Amino acid sequence: MKELICIVCPKGCHLRVDEENGYAVTGNGCERGAEYGRKELTDPRRVITSTVKIEGAVCPRCPVKTDVAIPKALIFEAVKLLDGVVLRSPVAPGDVVLADVLGTGANFVVTRKL
Amino acid sequence: MRGAGVKHYDVIVIGGGPAGLAAAVSACDKGAGSVLVIERDRVVGGILNQCIHNGFGLHYFKEELTGPEYAGRFAEMVRNTRAEVVTDTMVLDIRASADERVVSCISAEEGYREYGAGAVVLCMGCRERTRGAIAIPGDRPAGVLTAGTAQRYVNIEGYMIGRRIVILGSGDIGLIMARRMTLEGAKVLACVELCPYSNGLNRNIVQCLNDYGIPLYLAHTITGITAENGRVASVTVSKVDGGRPIPGTEFTIDCDTVLLSVGLIPENELTRGAGIEIDRRTNGPVVYEDMMTMTPGVFACGNVVHVHDLVDFVTAEAMKAGAAAAEFAAGKRVEGEVIEVRGGDGVNYTVPQRIRPGNAGRAAEIFFRTNRPRGESVIKVTSGDRKIASFRREHMAPGEMEKIIVPAVLLAGASGSIEVSVETTGEA
Repeated sequence: MKELICIVCPKGCHLRVDEENGYAVTGNGCERGAEYGRKELTDPRRVITSTVKIEGAVCPRCPVKTDVAIPKALIFEAVKLLDGVVLRSPVAPGDVVLADVLGTGANFVVTRKL
Repeated sequence: MRGAGVKHYDVIVIGGGPAGLAAAVSACDKGAGSVLVIERDRVVGGILNQCIHNGFGLHYFKEELTGPEYAGRFAEMVRNTRAEVVTDTMVLDIRASADERVVSCISAEEGYREYGAGAVVLCMGCRERTRGAIAIPGDRPAGVLTAGTAQRYVNIEGYMIGRRIVILGSGDIGLIMARRMTLEGAKVLACVELCPYSNGLNRNIVQCLNDYGIPLYLAHTITGITAENGRVASVTVSKVDGGRPIPGTEFTIDCDTVLLSVGLIPENELTRGAGIEIDRRTNGPVVYEDMMTMTPGVFACGNVVHVHDLVDFVTAEAMKAGAAAAEFAAGKRVEGEVIEVRGGDGVNYTVPQRIRPGNAGRAAEIFFRTNRPRGESVIKVTSGDRKIASFRREHMAPGEMEKIIVPAVLLAGASGSIEVSVETTGEA
């Protein structure tokens, strides 16, 4: 039995995951918590947020995120790809900055209209 | 200056952060004919613009957004209303009497202006406690910043603020910046927390510290900062007992930057200047159930009232305030009984502090924070010797704001005041 704090939402449910019984999750307040508990022990993933350079905007950095979670082990490699990326204003939320990050299928997308 | 030339709005919203934007949308929805939002920054969105991490909007939008996305959606909603927005404009003061409200402000473009208002909504948010507020001994070098200032430098202005970082305090912004600086290539050496528990959300301990192997020293504090060539060179960390450093427990961490995440203070200079009653526990205005302050026609919502953990809750509170402000501007006045809400054992404060049962609708929401981490607990609402309602919780922590909903029918019999208290039955 493994104890985890759920990070899906700020409530932070105290999960108990039974690795020996099909990763059955208890202590979760919602279905998303059950999925998190299962995934965290089998294939942990995170949405990554960072910034890239932008020219011609009200400020010099544009925030970006991966549009889906990527494997935890790839986080540092993924943010390295953002070095040297330069956007040009205008950009809008959802614009793809880098497609298919490290073959994960996730894209880095813009999160602020600039 | 005052007189016939003063432009009048039904509702004036002071501050264009998440609280202000939601209050403006809600005031328009409720029928306010003219709404003005006054923002001192170049753009609206407030602190959300620098909170580039995700986790916002799960309650309100039912999806996980980053701060800029959340702000962007509300900015768009405001654009689709009749509300006017002025930026780069600083409100200097508010004068509020029983039947008149005047807001004076200044900007480079327009100079000094006064506006009349049917109702005013205070949405100024909060600011960080600084090194000056917590008095750390030692040198006074470059490299000591509040976490939110660092967040702005890194996420908006694009500066790298340091390479070897120690964070004092485990508030959410400090935890978020621990992860952020790690991803930017800095080494975050420690997060040092005075209390024996973290003041941040548990999820942030997990995904910002544990994910990156950053040690959290609970019941420790920084007792000295040394400098070389005007820049931070190291910090001394000591174990504490009841807030006091224990001699002989000191150790040194070599670092070039100290980030402070040691609490937030509601920003109420305008509120105080207007003579509006302040609650010493929240450092924000005392409010009724509809977020009106004790000064008629002046409403308040968001972090200016009490510091929230979640922007979604700020939005909900601001929607309430905006709607009530529109109704006040249209002439609605609430009469009748007032119940005082008191924080009893284990409760640091409550918002609202006063409830008018006649205006509470079907139920009154009460927000509060407990004073320490707790296991299984019961939240009790009483009036004198009479028990009105109780609510069970598996866990409680000061870092997590609690919300209880008390049905109006149960408030009907409360005589004069109610008390919210917490009784713990299990271990934390």
